[in-house]
Amino acid sequence: MAVATPALAGTDTTDNQTPKNYLNASRGLLSWFFTLDHKRIGVMYLIAILSSFFLGGVFALLLRTELLTPAQTIMDADTYNKMFTLHGAVMIFLFIIPGIPATLGNFVLPLMLGAKDVALPRLNLASFWLWMIGAVFAVSSIVVGAVDTGWTFYTPYSTTTGTAVISMTLGAFILGFSSIFTGLNFIVTIHKMRPEGMTWFRMPLFLWGIYSTAIIQVLATPVLGITLLLLVAERTLGVGIFDPALGGDPVLYQHFFWFYSHPAVYIMILPAMAIMSELMSVFSGKHIFGYRFIAWSSVAIALLSFLVWGHHMFTSGQAGITNMIFSALTFSVAIPSAVKVFNWVATMYKGSIRLATPMLYALSFLFLFSIGGLTGLFLGALSTDVHLHDTYFVVAHFHYVMFGGTVIAFLGGLHYWWPKMFGRMYSERWGSIAALLVFVGFNLTFFSQFVMGSQGMPRRYFNYVDRFTSYHQISTIGSYVLGLGFFVIAGYLLHSLVRGDRAPANPWGGATLEWETSSPPPPHNFDCEFRAGDPYDLDDLRYDPEIKGHVRRDPESIRLHPKGAQQ
Amino acid sequence: MTGHAHAQDPNVAHHFENADQQYQSAKLGMWVFLATEILFFGGLFCAYAVYRANHPEIFVFGHHFLDKSLGALNTVILICSSFTIAWAVRAAQLKQIRLLKVLLALTLACAAGFLSVKYVEYSHKWKHGLLWASRYSPEAHHGEQRDHAEETGAESAASGETTESSPEAVQEGLERSKIAPAASGPAGLAVADERPGEEIVAEPKNAQVYFSIYFLLTGLHGIHVLGGMGAMAWLLSLARRGAFDTGHFTKVDMVALYWHLVDLIWIYLFLLLYLID
Amino acid sequence: MMDLQIASNLLSALPEGTEPSMWMPPRVSTVAHHVDWLFNFILAVSVFFFLLIVVLMVLFVIRYRRREGHQAEDSPSHNMALELTWSLIPLALVVVIFFFGFKGFLDMTTSPANAYEILVDGQKWNWSFTYPNGYVDSNLHAPVQRPVRLVMTSADVIHSLYVPAFRIKSDLVPGRYSKAWFEATEPGQYELFCAEYCGTSHSDMIAQVIVHPPGEFEKWLEQASNFLETMTPVEAGFKLYQVRGCQQCHSVDGSAKTGPTLLGIFGHTQALADGGSIVADENYIRESILEPAARVVAGYEPVMPTYQGRIKDEEITAIIEYLKSLSGTE
Repeated sequence: MAVATPALAGTDTTDNQTPKNYLNASRGLLSWFFTLDHKRIGVMYLIAILSSFFLGGVFALLLRTELLTPAQTIMDADTYNKMFTLHGAVMIFLFIIPGIPATLGNFVLPLMLGAKDVALPRLNLASFWLWMIGAVFAVSSIVVGAVDTGWTFYTPYSTTTGTAVISMTLGAFILGFSSIFTGLNFIVTIHKMRPEGMTWFRMPLFLWGIYSTAIIQVLATPVLGITLLLLVAERTLGVGIFDPALGGDPVLYQHFFWFYSHPAVYIMILPAMAIMSELMSVFSGKHIFGYRFIAWSSVAIALLSFLVWGHHMFTSGQAGITNMIFSALTFSVAIPSAVKVFNWVATMYKGSIRLATPMLYALSFLFLFSIGGLTGLFLGALSTDVHLHDTYFVVAHFHYVMFGGTVIAFLGGLHYWWPKMFGRMYSERWGSIAALLVFVGFNLTFFSQFVMGSQGMPRRYFNYVDRFTSYHQISTIGSYVLGLGFFVIAGYLLHSLVRGDRAPANPWGGATLEWETSSPPPPHNFDCEFRAGDPYDLDDLRYDPEIKGHVRRDPESIRLHPKGAQQ
Repeated sequence: MTGHAHAQDPNVAHHFENADQQYQSAKLGMWVFLATEILFFGGLFCAYAVYRANHPEIFVFGHHFLDKSLGALNTVILICSSFTIAWAVRAAQLKQIRLLKVLLALTLACAAGFLSVKYVEYSHKWKHGLLWASRYSPEAHHGEQRDHAEETGAESAASGETTESSPEAVQEGLERSKIAPAASGPAGLAVADERPGEEIVAEPKNAQVYFSIYFLLTGLHGIHVLGGMGAMAWLLSLARRGAFDTGHFTKVDMVALYWHLVDLIWIYLFLLLYLID
Repeated sequence: MMDLQIASNLLSALPEGTEPSMWMPPRVSTVAHHVDWLFNFILAVSVFFFLLIVVLMVLFVIRYRRREGHQAEDSPSHNMALELTWSLIPLALVVVIFFFGFKGFLDMTTSPANAYEILVDGQKWNWSFTYPNGYVDSNLHAPVQRPVRLVMTSADVIHSLYVPAFRIKSDLVPGRYSKAWFEATEPGQYELFCAEYCGTSHSDMIAQVIVHPPGEFEKWLEQASNFLETMTPVEAGFKLYQVRGCQQCHSVDGSAKTGPTLLGIFGHTQALADGGSIVADENYIRESILEPAARVVAGYEPVMPTYQGRIKDEEITAIIEYLKSLSGTE
């Protein structure tokens, strides 16, 4: 925000007509650091999380550069090992787990409910500062020697290596509580603060997605917390629960870890699916197809996600019957995901499809997530997983789901709500160019990894055998294209803060409540309360070319007793 | 924050419509938080269960070094404190501020009592080197303990605690006053139904893991007790400043819920660590 | 089920023989077809659904894109029958995939009773394969067309034995034994990777699988096992240096790796990590092999695993002779 606010404040002062909004309501860094306003917390999270993404991205580009040649290129093996650990840990714990809920969720969720804030604003601020403290711990591990365990911290490697495992795991532990607080807050807010008329099945699907995510955050993250605490205890006190020399079981750690970290994968993807449901409906100009199936599939994914962790251990020597059960349960998660994809495609049928930047990302998502999801079938099946486990096939699958899914949807959501957040429109032309660059760069980077993975290239390899060289080189070139795409995005988004056109209240024609307030919203969001209708009934809206935005044909139809004079 | 319909009630935050919505939100939030706490401890219980299933002998050996009567005493203390804080919620609802303060102070005292007993247990183990794995060094007295037990037979060997403390008591008069009262009572009683000498089992391999788990579980629980004490001190100062005069009891209720969970977890710890076999 | 298998074979046009394809490395074990068959089946299913989604998506975008005079038309916002259909068809498909995955997995993990047994030890960062006669090699030699069972454990952290050409992978967990088996169908040389990240030289923890033609494995084993008798001590020491994992960490050209170089150390004074120093004589070499952490050379971490119980006295002697030769003090 150090970058964003002064710029905005600067333009606002020159324009006396700018109404009071959450950005200019009060000034100074302290008014941000101690704010209880969910919108400001969302923006602070956005800056912090995008900084982490930048850091993790730099690590990724360095790793890809190292892999240009089969032997040492720019760094030695230990540096490489530390860097892929950092890339994973930063991207997962700092960026993608909190990513959508803490930034877009924080900003949009109360607005969609027509509420003034989340139910527990102090807890929300605490969550942000816990994130910051956790980030300091995690990143400070770089200073004290970095970690070389991989982001999974498998024992007994993590208990015996001489690197800074403790500061990294304590960081992840604290970040876990940040995540728990966010999830807890959203559960309470959705349960207790829905407006009149918004029954569970009239909630925007974004809220269903965030709610399902919150359930996982609250129920799985504590187990990660205790697991990491045990790992720290194992290192400092020599407890022995994971140490075979003391009668412990190193594979138990894997069970503990994946009991959290598999559901955590759905912490990452469910909010992305939540965004997709909004984008597909609004930009197709159609009611979402199969609302209930999508809503239930989110909850189904959240619950099933707790039952599949064992599929990370098919080759770890666990009993055949255990493998069988986990494999079967794993496939059960495929169904709700497939249902969502079909429903999104069906939403476009007979629509009026607008290829604005957010929709380009939504379509990218459909393409990339389909590949990511379908390649999961190879890994869920026992016999093929034996061959593919711990190879680049897994790396590619994971990135297609997490990057091609979550990050792409995050970008879509960011572009969708950007006008609402900052009151400015960005360049659609540059938006389309960047979306194309990201799409092409991503496929170049990761598709070749599927092929080299099934050809037998193990993951986390510093050196590799010569026959994989060309695949690696394609992948590295792709990563540069991808990096360029993000550079363009950063450029035009920052530019829009200063020079962008003023955004109307409802630039895209969405029927959810966040579009009922000005862009950016005033500090307390709304000057009235709502009787919510169908969030996907777009017929009530019409385009007004004068304000370049959409308006309700009858604005009073969903409003309840507007409150008297507002300042 | 002015200009809102409910601005007249200072206890209701601006973003809530009314006091009931605020209370319901806080309550749901607390229950969800308690669920995360249960899962947090659940992870440790799970580790305990797996290790115990693989190595039951370590637990049978280790638990003899815990003092059941001190554990039982702590259980009683915590159950009393649960009662007093439940009553405190009632007092807050009825605006009986004086009673509320007394009950909060009593609960706080119980918590302090709990930690004092825990301190006695910890310092005892500290002295005997019965610590977590990397600090586990009980050799010094183990030999003595065995010799002594053979000599004195029935009188001292009934429980691990006695065999623990007796040689110390003989050797160091100073220590006697500190440990003997708690230990000798139940030892005397226990002789009747436990065959003497049977307790002198050889130390199994990796016995220290029991103590690691013991310190992890009780330590983590102890931190929760400390947190609860902080919360109760905060409530007391709020009560002194008149925060509950209007019958706004949400905060007391939330701390009480938390405290009941701390109590409940201790009961499980008592069962799992002290009352083995 | 039979129909399904035939159908999928047609669908995937599985090449006969061992030729590598775009997706798969050469296929040289009897269980590999379980993997390749299912892989190709899932690939076909995936390509079908992927094309279905993308083609529909593109068609809709072209047909219904926002333009002058085009408006969204009314259509139902849900259709139970349709939605159930696209829930149940994938469900049926994944049940099939699961079933064949499990069936193949059982065959891949259940070794025949008469299998030839080789013990596998993983340690940072080399493999030791112990044959029934006690001979230890750093590469996996196996007879062709005979089931081989690997009984595996790790000396330090978790490793994973992965032979892409055999489609087998199994973790080596310290403190327990895991098993894998294969029956090679073609003589030749194949890569064996460590697939579970294990530290600095994880990516160098590669061995070769050498599948011998019929009858030649026994000859190789007999000859290799007698190396102490048939070779000079220096040659035998060099062989041990290569096959027992020394060379992963100790160079013989003067460069420092994870451990100090062995070039010219024998008979010379070594500075120790604890501040002292010692002349590297026979006894120090022996101690360093059996108790590596006892006296560590300054500047290096005590990470070397012990060879206590895993190396014979004659072998230590041969290594000492080899080190002498490196220092010119033979």
